[in-house]
Amino acid sequence: MLLKNVLVRLITTAITLFGVAVVVFVLVRVAPGNPIAMMLPPGATPEDIANLSALYGFDKSIFEQFVIWLGGVLRGDFGTSITLRQPVAELVLGRLPATLELSTMALFIALGLGGTVAVIGARKRDTATEVGLDLTSGAVLSIPDFLWGLIFVLLFGVLWPILSISGRIDPRIEFDFTTNFYIFEGLIRGRFDVVMSTLSHMLMPAMSLALPLAAMIAQLLKQNLKEVLNQDYTTLARVRGFSETSVILREALRNAALPTLALVGVQFTFLIGGTVIVERLFAFEGLGNMAIDAVINRDLPLIQGIVLLFAALFTVINLLVDLSYTLLNPRLRHG
Amino acid sequence: MVDATMPLRRRRFRVRNLRFWIPLTWIMMLVLAALCAPLIAPHDPLAQDLFLERLPPFFMDGAEPGYWLGTDSLGRDVLSRMIYGARIALFVSVIAAVSTGIFGSTLGLLAGYYGGWWDRVISRLVDIWMAFPPVLFAVLLVAVMGTGLTSVIAAIALIDWTRFARVIRAETMVQAHMDYVDSARIGGARRFTTLVSEILPNVMPSIIALLMLEMGIAVIVEAILSFVNLSISSDDPTWGSMIAEGRGAIHFAWWVLLFPLITLFLTVLSFSTLGEGIKKKFDPVLSS
Repeated sequence: MLLKNVLVRLITTAITLFGVAVVVFVLVRVAPGNPIAMMLPPGATPEDIANLSALYGFDKSIFEQFVIWLGGVLRGDFGTSITLRQPVAELVLGRLPATLELSTMALFIALGLGGTVAVIGARKRDTATEVGLDLTSGAVLSIPDFLWGLIFVLLFGVLWPILSISGRIDPRIEFDFTTNFYIFEGLIRGRFDVVMSTLSHMLMPAMSLALPLAAMIAQLLKQNLKEVLNQDYTTLARVRGFSETSVILREALRNAALPTLALVGVQFTFLIGGTVIVERLFAFEGLGNMAIDAVINRDLPLIQGIVLLFAALFTVINLLVDLSYTLLNPRLRHG
Repeated sequence: MVDATMPLRRRRFRVRNLRFWIPLTWIMMLVLAALCAPLIAPHDPLAQDLFLERLPPFFMDGAEPGYWLGTDSLGRDVLSRMIYGARIALFVSVIAAVSTGIFGSTLGLLAGYYGGWWDRVISRLVDIWMAFPPVLFAVLLVAVMGTGLTSVIAAIALIDWTRFARVIRAETMVQAHMDYVDSARIGGARRFTTLVSEILPNVMPSIIALLMLEMGIAVIVEAILSFVNLSISSDDPTWGSMIAEGRGAIHFAWWVLLFPLITLFLTVLSFSTLGEGIKKKFDPVLSS
């Protein structure tokens, strides 16, 4: 039964990814404007255009182009960027670490902040503090990451300029990266100035991405905590003399966390989607910023590569969340 | 026990009323500003005056009378641009939300009521659509369709229909098993008639609540697309293009960013609060 569920999930994931590939390909092909003509100098002859079109495969039928492109994608060949004249796979993988570091940091901030607020809310349940926290998290939830980013730009860029509001690292720092995972590599090679500079550049974009998710975690986890706190085993822990806070932290949290984690998994993909505009806002050199440049420059192969990578990331995360939820939850495991 | 809970209940009651009236007042003010823009805007929103560039707002030194919220880097009046910006923001939000709602709800109703292949195809499309990062999808669609308000509205409808389709599909499935649906069918009503005249009115509250949320989302999407210069021409007064300008001039003229940002903030918060309120009011489980 379990194996069958997993198989069905894998197949639907594959169908989704294929659908994404079709949609991306069709969208990019119906875009007006000839990207080949834009690559050549004004004096180019029709033969020049035809030659370059043939080089990029634009002279074949749409269906043939799709088959060739998909075949390349499956082999890891995403074509060549028109504006940057480099393999798309290389460019995209070069930017992916920045976006992954940013989203991971945002996820940790959301979990820490949301979890803390949820525990406080459950501890102070049925008081004015809880009502206040509910109202605040409701408002925080409805403001999207783009606006949080702008608010942080104003606060820390103008009012209290202690953090940098653009870039990924202080450009004056001399450091030869081999992986593009700045924090990871800085830590391993003991360059704490690199780590600190990257973290301080990431803090505000990560906060912008984290706040809506933190509010969602705060609301849901508090609700689950309150339900668990009415059950017998938590009463037993209280009778045994544990304080309310330690009942929450030691007993309730473990059991209340599962539904929240399922939500966090799904919401994490929305958070990664948010990096596109937040990176733009903070001039952070990640995948999202590159994607917007690619769209503005009509760099078709690059757009296809980036959108496909994002979509693959989303579907794989959703798949992992589903599978781990099935494995962790005994009721679903045997269902 | 009763004494302890009474004040809390009364306070909640009042808070709930305020949570309805404050956002509604703000939206009404925006509607008024948009309708009467030529009457209340102190200046032409497009008029540039390089002698008046980057004037600070009224409460700072160096402010010029008549330019209450200052001017931008081209000497255009910030307040007037915001008032005219409300026109574009509200226009986009209403048209985009309604088209998204019609498109998505129709698919949700069909998938939820007819099931079978309808449901399989629509649900698979929703899955595929949800795999795209929405902002990147919007940017890509506008790049494909060309810049302009029509493209912005079409992009919103083409991306966000899934929000309506998912919710309305689930609600329709619940409604389709209710007794009143069966009695309508036994009474001789055709399936399509039952769907339109029996089920649709019962899922309408959800559609309206989602419409409110969608209006807030549309305002943000328009601002984001203006911010990356893919909405209408950057000269035109939109909140997003003002924000983009303000972001660029943040160290010289922060007010160009601050005032449109406050407006956008209040508008989004108002739409989502109203949407939540409607959802709670009509949901029998939540309102009890």
